Amino acid sequence: MSDANLVLGHTGERGSTVMEERPFVIPSSKLVMWLFIISDACTFGAVLFAYGYIRNSAADWPLVFESASIWNTLLMTFILVSSSLTVLLAVRASQSDNRQAAFRWTMITAAGGILFTLLHLREWMTLIGEGVRPFQNPWGAPLFGAAFFSVTGLHMAHVVGGVVALTVIGVGYRSGRYAARHVEIWALYWHFVDLVWMFVVPLIYLLNMKR
Amino acid sequence: MSSGNSNRTGTTYIVYGAILAIAVVQVVVALTMGPSLGRMLILAAIQAYLAVMFFMHLRDEKSTLRLALIPGTLFVLVMMNMIWADSFRLIHLRPFAK
Repeated sequence: MSDANLVLGHTGERGSTVMEERPFVIPSSKLVMWLFIISDACTFGAVLFAYGYIRNSAADWPLVFESASIWNTLLMTFILVSSSLTVLLAVRASQSDNRQAAFRWTMITAAGGILFTLLHLREWMTLIGEGVRPFQNPWGAPLFGAAFFSVTGLHMAHVVGGVVALTVIGVGYRSGRYAARHVEIWALYWHFVDLVWMFVVPLIYLLNMKR
Repeated sequence: MSSGNSNRTGTTYIVYGAILAIAVVQVVVALTMGPSLGRMLILAAIQAYLAVMFFMHLRDEKSTLRLALIPGTLFVLVMMNMIWADSFRLIHLRPFAK
């Protein structure tokens, strides 16, 4: 057992310190984030399958999204994937102990998340203005709205949560309160949010394009 | 060390470009060949693989971590597929979801 894999653990009998091996040779906090990610992936999987079930069992599922919506979706995808890149640059900067650069890249990532949320809310308002509600719409199956708002709303909530977390971590890392591993852990969360969007776009938007 | 870092940076930008390119390909495929579920899922899965392995650096972690995380998650996601049969039953019994 290499000492590099050991961290100080709990106090054992007679006050001796017990060394614990780190699980999978990563900090336990990072492992916790990975476990959260896979549980959240199953949550999103369940919500997307529920949407698919409702869509498949409805004879009059509306095809709603025109080219303007698709262009907006592409722009949102570009912003979110680019923010994944910027958070990766923040992690690299934090691993080089460059606190100013890590803070700057983290804030750019958070700004990307805010911009994504604003574009998404604008699209929501457009659909609401056209008469889409959770249980009715002017075009077809009443549950289209419920499916759309629940999937995209759950994702948007994750984006907003990620923006808050990244802001806290960025400010905290610059002030010395947090370490580089905290930046890396929350970068993992941000990449996961981007990953979910990669499935939301084809399943929600492209499959429901007007033809 | 510096050449290793520049290699990693280069790989990062290549993966970034690839993910964006696949997003564009998804739209083009949907417009030209029709948005079939299978085609969309395959392209999304490729994007997900790139993001997980390169952006989330799971490729650089121990193989035991990959084994602990990936197969179980995929198994749960695949097992959710058992609900599809019921949606086909519904569409034949009741055409409008009211």
